[in-house]
Amino acid sequence: MDNTDYIKQPQNIVYSKPRLLNDNNMHYCPGCSHGVVHRLVAEIIEEMGAEHIAIGIAPVGCAVFAYNYIDIDWIEAAHGRAPAVATAVKRLNPGRLVFTYQGDGDLAAIGTAETIHAANRGENIAIIFINNGIYGMTGGQMAPTTLEGMATSTTPYGRRVDLNGYPLKITELLAQLPGTCYVTRQSVHTPASVRKAKAAIKKAFENSMAGKGTSVVEIVSTCSSGWKMTPAKSNQWMVENMFEAYPPGDLKNETK
Amino acid sequence: MAKAKGAVDINAERCKGCDLCVVACPCDVLGLQPKEVNNRGYHFAFVDNPLACIGCAACATVCPDGCITVYRMVSTND
Repeated sequence: MDNTDYIKQPQNIVYSKPRLLNDNNMHYCPGCSHGVVHRLVAEIIEEMGAEHIAIGIAPVGCAVFAYNYIDIDWIEAAHGRAPAVATAVKRLNPGRLVFTYQGDGDLAAIGTAETIHAANRGENIAIIFINNGIYGMTGGQMAPTTLEGMATSTTPYGRRVDLNGYPLKITELLAQLPGTCYVTRQSVHTPASVRKAKAAIKKAFENSMAGKGTSVVEIVSTCSSGWKMTPAKSNQWMVENMFEAYPPGDLKNETK
Repeated sequence: MAKAKGAVDINAERCKGCDLCVVACPCDVLGLQPKEVNNRGYHFAFVDNPLACIGCAACATVCPDGCITVYRMVSTND
């Protein structure tokens, strides 16, 4: 019996859905990390009071419908070209908060050139990079970030480095470029890591507004449908396997 | 008997029953409906043990769909 109605008063609210995250039901699978990151982006933009100046660049991938869920301005870019579109938007509207939201197939495979050159030019944009190690939307095929030995629908016996090459650590590559000011890797599997990821994304947005250079926030994520596990099991699998190749933490921080 | 200091409201129609809030809760307050489903066919999360809630918002922090509203009482003398 729920007799806690006396607590459920508006003045006692400590957490509720951010206003910018609208009431559309998200199309993501249950337990998808995209939902958490969408919520964080909405919260941060609300806290910064930037809803009238924020422009997001949506990728191709599961997050292609990001514009349906967060009530700010969005542009949908061609596959992998989000950093190029963001470059144009930010150069033409320097006062706007411009960020891209990309998955690993978008940022690390098809858009490698755009990503590396935008970061190397030091464009004042924030890049949110969701890395779940596979192409989630199209059915769990191998991506450049797939771990060695990881079974996907196109590598059912595990990724072989002699045949498919090594996992691409693009965040480490971007950290070496002089144009980037803040490169970090976070995850969203526990309440503590969600808070850290929120702080990282907020810092990236502030760097973008302050004109310090390109900020990259990689979120090591799960894809419970693609990995064929329950959401709780995928989080556990991510901690045990993904963190070995993609350890969380700041790779570069020149904004102090 | 511990007195409830927190409470959660779950938007059952938005919930997808991913179980992440149940795993994240430090006080075993939440559970998934064993039989009932919402309009989209998911076994949604519900408050199983309301008296144990401390209003820490761990469930809402990990919820991918923003279904959870958390309330916490300002501490009183009793």
